[in-house]
Amino acid sequence: MDFELMINSFPKLLNAVVVTLKLLSVSLIVGLFIGLLFAILRLNKNIFINKFAYGYSYLFRGTPLLVQIFIIYYGLGNFIGNNEYLKSSFIWVILKEPYWCAIIAFALNTGAYTSEILRSAFQTIKPGIIEAGESLGISNKIIFYKIQIPIAIRQSLPAYGNEIILMMKGTSLASTVTLMDLTGVAKYIISTTFKPIEVFIVAGGIYLFMTFVIHNVVKFLEKKYSFN
Amino acid sequence: MNIFKKTIFSVLFSLLVMGNVYADKIRIGTEGAYPPWNSKDESGKLIGFEVELAWTLCRYIGKQCTIVEQDWDGMIPALIMRKFDAIMAGMSITAERQKAISFSQGYADEVASLAVMKGSSLEGLDTPAGINLTKPDAAAKKALKTLTAALAGKTVCVQTATIHQNFLDSGDVGKVNVRTYKTQDEVNLDLASGRCDAALAAAVAFSDYAEKSGKPVVLTGPTFSGGAFGNGVGVGIRKDDTELLKAFNNAIDKARKNGDISRIATKWFGFDASM
Amino acid sequence: MELLAFGDTGWGDELFRATLMTIAVSITAMIIGFSFAAIFTPLKLSKYKSLNLVANIYTTVIRGVPELLVIYLFFFGGSGAIMFVASMFGYNEYIEINAFVTGSFAIGIISGAYSTEVFRGAIQSIDRGQFEAAKVLGFSRFKQFYKIILPQMLRLAIPNLSNVWQITLKDTSLISVTGLVEIMRQSYIAAGSTRDPLFFYSFAAVLYLLLTFLSMKLINKLEVKYSRGY
Repeated sequence: MDFELMINSFPKLLNAVVVTLKLLSVSLIVGLFIGLLFAILRLNKNIFINKFAYGYSYLFRGTPLLVQIFIIYYGLGNFIGNNEYLKSSFIWVILKEPYWCAIIAFALNTGAYTSEILRSAFQTIKPGIIEAGESLGISNKIIFYKIQIPIAIRQSLPAYGNEIILMMKGTSLASTVTLMDLTGVAKYIISTTFKPIEVFIVAGGIYLFMTFVIHNVVKFLEKKYSFN
Repeated sequence: MNIFKKTIFSVLFSLLVMGNVYADKIRIGTEGAYPPWNSKDESGKLIGFEVELAWTLCRYIGKQCTIVEQDWDGMIPALIMRKFDAIMAGMSITAERQKAISFSQGYADEVASLAVMKGSSLEGLDTPAGINLTKPDAAAKKALKTLTAALAGKTVCVQTATIHQNFLDSGDVGKVNVRTYKTQDEVNLDLASGRCDAALAAAVAFSDYAEKSGKPVVLTGPTFSGGAFGNGVGVGIRKDDTELLKAFNNAIDKARKNGDISRIATKWFGFDASM
Repeated sequence: MELLAFGDTGWGDELFRATLMTIAVSITAMIIGFSFAAIFTPLKLSKYKSLNLVANIYTTVIRGVPELLVIYLFFFGGSGAIMFVASMFGYNEYIEINAFVTGSFAIGIISGAYSTEVFRGAIQSIDRGQFEAAKVLGFSRFKQFYKIILPQMLRLAIPNLSNVWQITLKDTSLISVTGLVEIMRQSYIAAGSTRDPLFFYSFAAVLYLLLTFLSMKLINKLEVKYSRGY
């Protein structure tokens, strides 16, 4: 064990946490909106809308995140980058950047899981609560936005907390599309020191710490917004 | 219950033993993704200059060999962890790598070059045909200055953990935006799509790609050798494995004398890259 | 379509073999995961704090660190660790572990952490009365577990185990970094060789979808079978 290397690489890896957290937070915010949208579509009575929303979530939950990133970055990138017409379009401005490719893949992925979490939360809201709103003469729209959505979000907190942790771990795949996140920098250090175990242990420790923080923040929120 | 327990144990045991105990065979690690040095054909078989050379060298050593596939970014760590005994993967002999492993004498040499897509503003730079960075002369220094100005703010793509990455990181051509990839294939894809303004690798890697893909990839600027680019390509061997090192050095001597290396090199590169 | 032809010209047979490899690794990893769960679930439920701690470290670390890092660490450190253990038993030769075993163990360790949590949850949600009833009937501890607790635990665990299976199946895509030729690795090679990444990665996605779809069908059948009588 090369402890000196472990100590020396620590500050470099810590710097890279910024990139990881940026990827995570942007993907989660975009993914939350996508998830909410598709959860609502799932509750739609129209069978086509319903099936479409289900198809999206099935597609992204049924395939590995790595495949999704590669399709978007290398697959679409190669397809669009070699097509004169598409290359001059706005799509290429976004897909040209590894950062946005990663964000798109992460957001679509977490969006699929989030939609499932929110959907089941909507479905477990007791009908009595909605009826209570109705009997008070509150409009359906307001019941939905002011009662159903907040309750659903509170209900989803434990499951969503897990999803945040899964996504945080998922961001490590950004390194496969040239981004210098925590894993990317770890691989970079290994490329000149040839000592993977030491460097990955330090990087793993940092990830573990982030998991610990996220876990406890979510627990705190659960307590704060508990129904009792 | 006893049978149940027994089956589980026997399965676990057989799994462990399935990894056969290291026999008296030399295991050679290669990447299989760096044509024409080493690559894979459609049926998944390893081919290339180094694959053929490896079989030849093993014949001279007089031992059986197996060729093991290993991703480039873990090549040296895997050698150190004894996943195989020798590296033949277009790996240049550099001072940095020699801190971690030993190298045999060089068996082939390659020059590195920048490549761009036809029509790029980086095409046709005013530099000498080739520069050596071991002791850069006035012309070489001037060429580096030209490159520094031309590459400022550009995205240059390289394969990770290569001499090409080391060179760009060394600051000899100023601050460029370096992007690193796991394989040369990925570098080529992003060069062709336009994500990279330029790419740096062995000149033959680009000409091979241009030929096979039909893409208008052109070389630009000088070819590079010496300095960060090392001194030829050799067999990488663990530091404590001095006997194997000796065996490979002798085999390379014999293969060179009999003309094997230049014959195989000419077959795969189209010119004699042996040394 | 000729890209998918069987034989020397296309990648059909390679991808088919790779798909079988993905299935084989997933199943092996799942079984290895169960063995880990069989060790760590009792530790988690034990009344000794130190045993709880050991099990908690296992599940927390494995579930809190990216799978890719766990796989890299196992790939580079695994044989070293095994040789270290072997050397304690006086065996000092080099032990080579093939790519299949390395890959299956790496995924199995991860899968096991999730399985452990599932089994723990399942046992804890079994009605306390069942344990007491088993005692009253005078069953031995062994019989208590195998005749009463285990069947109920499995029934409660199956829905969540199907999640673990999905995670395991998808995680196998990451062991492509160890060189084992499964779906992802084969697609990677084919995409590099043909310079058509969109086609091959999309096809890989289709293969994974097919595997998740078929396995979910199978698991649903099991679920119906085991919930009979309830």
